[in-house]
Amino acid sequence: MSKFKKKKSGELPAISTASLPDIVFMLLFFFMVATVMRDTTLMIENELPYADQVEKLQKKDLIMYIYAGKPSDRYKSQYGTESRIQLNDKFANIKDIQQFIIEERESKREELQSELTTALKIDKETNMGLVSDIKYELRRAEAYRVNYTTKTGEASQNLQ
Amino acid sequence: MAKRSAPEVNAGSMADIAFLLLIFFLVTTTIETDKGLNSKLPPIEEEPQDPPPVKQKNIFLVLINGGNELFVEDDKMELTELRESAIEFLDNGGGSGSEACEYCQGQGDPESSDNPVKAIISLQNDRETDYSMYIAVRNELTAAYNFLRDREAQRLFGTSFRKMEEDFNSPEYDGNKAQLEENIKVIREMFPMKLSEAEPKKRN
Repeated sequence: MSKFKKKKSGELPAISTASLPDIVFMLLFFFMVATVMRDTTLMIENELPYADQVEKLQKKDLIMYIYAGKPSDRYKSQYGTESRIQLNDKFANIKDIQQFIIEERESKREELQSELTTALKIDKETNMGLVSDIKYELRRAEAYRVNYTTKTGEASQNLQ
Repeated sequence: MAKRSAPEVNAGSMADIAFLLLIFFLVTTTIETDKGLNSKLPPIEEEPQDPPPVKQKNIFLVLINGGNELFVEDDKMELTELRESAIEFLDNGGGSGSEACEYCQGQGDPESSDNPVKAIISLQNDRETDYSMYIAVRNELTAAYNFLRDREAQRLFGTSFRKMEEDFNSPEYDGNKAQLEENIKVIREMFPMKLSEAEPKKRN
C-alpha cells in the first residue's frame, strides 16, 4: 500500500546552494572596493619593510613610483640576481631616473609640479648603496619630496 | 482561462558567473600600499661651502655598519633602545641664556644637546647596509620626533600632532584650517626634524 511507503533512510538531504551566488557576490564586491587595478607589472621581488610611524600618501595622481629589488625568478637568468631599478614596466639604469622624473613632471599641470612626490618601493633586502644612488639621482633631478613606502607594522620585524 | 505564469529563469549558473568575475578581479588587482615614511632630500650644493659650525654635543651620531649593527655615538646599541635614547638627546635642553629651552623636560645634561632647535641627528650608513635596517632606524628616529611633538601638541592645543596633521590633510575637516596650519607650524618649530644624512661610506 502506498500509504506506507518506505521511508528513505540514511540519505542526507542535499545542501541548498541557493545562497552561493550571494556569498560570491559579497566577496566580489569586497575585492572590487578594497583593491586597485595593477598599473605596472613588477619584474622584481618587492617585499616592503615594516614601519609604524607612517603617513598616508596624499593625491594619488601626483606620485611617481620607483621600484627596486632583485629580479624575480623568471628574469634571473637574463638579468642576474643583483638588485635593480624598475621604472614603469621595464628595468632601468641609475642614469635613467633623471629622464624619468623629467618626463613625469612634464606630464603634470604646471601648478602641480612642485607637489610631485616620489614613492620609493624598495625591497627590504636591497643594499643601501643602490638606495643612495637613487636618492642622489633624485636630488640631481630636483625631486626632493620622497616617501619610503612601507608596510604598517612594528619596525623590529625588519630584523628577522 | 488560467493566468499563464512566466517561466522562471534558471539561476543555477549565477554562482559560476560570479566566481568568474571574482577570479578576474583577484588576478588583475592588488591591495595598494600607500603609506610610508615621508622625507625631504637636501638640494645638491654646487660649491660645497663650509658648513656652519655645530657644537659636537648638538650632534647625535647614528651609524649603521655593513653588518646591520647600530652604533650611537660610537657605542653599540640595540634598535629597541634607540627611540628612548633619541628622545633623551632631543629633549635634553642643556643650554642656558639665549639657548635655553623652556619646554624641554629632559635632564639638562650640559654634555648633551642645548636645545631641540639646534639638535641634529646625523644618520650614516654603509653601502652594504640592508634597506630594511635603514627603514627600521629611520622609523625609530621619526618616532622620537613624533613622541615629542605629540607631547607639546597635547600640552598647547590639547590634541596630538598626528591628529592635527591628519585633520589638515583631510577634506572632511570642517574646523579652521588656517589656524590648524599655524598650530602645526608652531609645533614643527619647537621640534624641527633635522635629520642629516651623509653619503654612504665606500667600502675599503
